[in-house]
Amino acid sequence: MSQHLWIFFSAMLVNNFTLVMFLGLCSFIGVTGKVSVAVRLGLADTFVLLITSISASILNKWVLVHAPYLRIIAFILVIASMVQITEMAVKKWSPTLFRELGIYLPLITTNCAILALAIFQTNRGYGFLEGVTFALGAGAGLIIALSLMASVRERLELADIPTVARGTALVLFVAGGLSLAFMGFSGLLTAQ
Amino acid sequence: MHDLDSLHAAPSGPSTAPPFQDFIKGVWKENPVFAQMLGMCPTMAITNSVMNALAMGLATTFVLFGSGVFVSIFRKRIASEVRITTYILIIAAFVQIADMGLEATMPVSHKALGPFIALIVANCLLLARQESFSARNTVWRSALDALGMGIGFTLGLSVVGAVREILGQGTWLGFRVMPASFEPWVIMNLPPGGFFSFGFVLLGLAWWTERRTRRATMKFPVTLATAEPLLERARG
Repeated sequence: MSQHLWIFFSAMLVNNFTLVMFLGLCSFIGVTGKVSVAVRLGLADTFVLLITSISASILNKWVLVHAPYLRIIAFILVIASMVQITEMAVKKWSPTLFRELGIYLPLITTNCAILALAIFQTNRGYGFLEGVTFALGAGAGLIIALSLMASVRERLELADIPTVARGTALVLFVAGGLSLAFMGFSGLLTAQ
Repeated sequence: MHDLDSLHAAPSGPSTAPPFQDFIKGVWKENPVFAQMLGMCPTMAITNSVMNALAMGLATTFVLFGSGVFVSIFRKRIASEVRITTYILIIAAFVQIADMGLEATMPVSHKALGPFIALIVANCLLLARQESFSARNTVWRSALDALGMGIGFTLGLSVVGAVREILGQGTWLGFRVMPASFEPWVIMNLPPGGFFSFGFVLLGLAWWTERRTRRATMKFPVTLATAEPLLERARG
């Protein structure tokens, strides 16, 4: 049990996918204009992470032991089809959410956080349950990072900032500040 | 948001620019790092030293070149309904080759880059180039475009890498450039340094562009003769 707790909190805080490991920055910079949309994208990401983790466990156990050189191709193919399925499911069950996420839903395919999860899981030799915990922790970390960023940016809309600094540079400075805050978690949970 | 723009704003026909233009635009005008802002994850994750930036740039250039040529060879046979999946599969095959090749030839860099070599697959730059250029142009032009974009990407990574290595370790590509009394800024080696240094590079670039356009649009040169009446009025 403590092993699972360790994996969860490590993925969520100490090794936060976005702020410490630089994964999934496209959506971190692109979709964090509004808190509500950012949180929903985080939930969709978490769902895809969960399915990817399950599929990666199955692939690792039955397929990739025989053909390790197919790893990247197999993972990306599975992720692409899983995102497609998620997209169809969201479209059927919640057309409103589908419209709000727009193009960022299919773009989850090229979100490196998803592929990185499958690769880390394989490199660290996680089993099925550990993989699920890892995916949930990483998803929670993404939601935290996305919503923190979106709340800061909502406030920044009203702030008086020189025009030359507006845009991506400003977002990167805010991200740097958040990342600095997350450095505080390093050293926590070092025992394994 | 950037990858979307470049996917949708792509020209619908083959490129009509002179071949050299196809090559050079990726290096400066449409630089993947500074102008298009594609592939930001590796730009910040592996730029803590210039060596890593160069290795990553090299691997990405190889994948860009291989998949660009491959896609443009088969561009008339790929059905448009499954084209994105086909491109991703072609890119993934070349990434696998790059991963194994780098592991065999440069094991130290391979270890330092870690999962980011495999993550070239998920770099939006690759898919954007296949969709907006290689799928519409001849093999020759696609090769030029891929090389230009690859060099531009390597250049971008090296600039950010140089800022971080000089400030974080006092060295450039392993050589000491700062005086011995210089205290390295440890923060530059840590994750926040990636965000801050790329932010500063972008800020500097934005400031420089703004200054250049302001100078270009200035109506008349400011000389003593034109400034004198204004000064007079200011003094009251």
